Amino acid sequence: MKMSKSPWLLHYDASSCNGCDIEVLASTTPVYDVERFGVINTGNPKHADILVVTGGVNYQNKPVLEQLYAQMPDPKVVVAAGICACDGGVFKDCYNILGGIDKVIPVDVYAPGCAVRPECLIDAVVKAIAILDEKRARMKAENKA
Amino acid sequence: MNAYILGAVFIVAAPLLGGLLSGLDRVFAARMQGRQGPPVVQPFYDLSKLFQKRANIVNRYQALLVFGHLVFAAFTAFMIFSGGDILLTLFCLTLSEVFLCMTASSANGPYSSMSSQRELMQIMCVEPMLLLMAIGYYLATGSFMISDFLKADTPAIVKMPGFFVGFLVILIVELRKSPFDISSSHHAHQEMVKGITTDISGNIMGMSELAEWYEVAIMFAFSGLFFIDRHPISILFVVLAALAVFFFENLVDNVFPRVKWEIMFRVCWGVSFVAGGANLFFLLMMQK
Ligand code: SF4
Repeated sequence: MKMSKSPWLLHYDASSCNGCDIEVLASTTPVYDVERFGVINTGNPKHADILVVTGGVNYQNKPVLEQLYAQMPDPKVVVAAGICACDGGVFKDCYNILGGIDKVIPVDVYAPGCAVRPECLIDAVVKAIAILDEKRARMKAENKA
Repeated sequence: MNAYILGAVFIVAAPLLGGLLSGLDRVFAARMQGRQGPPVVQPFYDLSKLFQKRANIVNRYQALLVFGHLVFAAFTAFMIFSGGDILLTLFCLTLSEVFLCMTASSANGPYSSMSSQRELMQIMCVEPMLLLMAIGYYLATGSFMISDFLKADTPAIVKMPGFFVGFLVILIVELRKSPFDISSSHHAHQEMVKGITTDISGNIMGMSELAEWYEVAIMFAFSGLFFIDRHPISILFVVLAALAVFFFENLVDNVFPRVKWEIMFRVCWGVSFVAGGANLFFLLMMQK
């Protein structure tokens, strides 16, 4: 069975304005109901397959984000949700903002928007799980070799 | 001999049943909340995924302890379906849970150790009722052997309604449903979130998930024991009762999302001693 049938999310707010966070939560409500696809919003990096990050990362939460990423078991993918997470957005020039989470951890899918629309986010997660399957196939091949 | 074969069959069938019930449970909860919910076989997808993931090993005992948890859960299922001793079954089930507690305690993470303590608290809540239930069976049927319960003329529920009420209440805790600060839950909005399994990951998590399915199957088997007797038609009642119990547990879960462990403790012990105790008293009087 493919891993993509069971994507478990971890949502981290890396200094977002909370606009995107509300949209992430909105995807789990009856209107969008991501659980239809087996998505579970776990609060635990060690169970997660997909890391959804909102906000442009500042110096304070950089080590937290790094640690969360390190704690997720392989294979894993990262989704940058909202334009802040993609490249810093309106906060780009702030002195404390690093500008985009790809300055800290590798990002697989970018979901732009201010705030990110739930449709866009679900689309990003669907793209992400395809990448997850690819990574799993690569891992399998490496294990064999 | 036949009994052992049946027991062995259920070692395989119990997790299938448990997985299916967890799937139904998720669909059912979603429908109650006005959502569509995942497919019924979603737990099987989850399990297959977990076994494909690499585990982050926290310490060298973790895998062994989780394996102990799984083995004893499977052995409990075997004992029930091979008609073994109900007391031994209960001890075996507790041992399996203690293994899980030890796993969490060994991990040395704040969530894990806190949940491990809370899991012990949960064991303390449900254990009196389970033991009272075993005593009730002995008084009602004259034996601790599950195989003897199946030879009774009337189902146990006739003599043990109080125990059944108590069992329904502790089942909420056993199925990891109601108190929102319970040691581990499938809902992200609960205090401990993945609590006791926080530091378990990848394929080791798969093992603990499998053990949980065994536990679900075991609990529904216990509820079935109240309704079974020597007439084949009673199997129908067992299934109907399981469905009713399933509906009730989900309803409680959705209606009381903010119960805390202190209340859980009071309600569990209160109902155990009042309903179970009164029933025990009547059974003892009837014996005289
Ligand atoms: S993209 Fe917009 S809504 Fe999202 S965190 Fe940035 S400013 Fe807030």
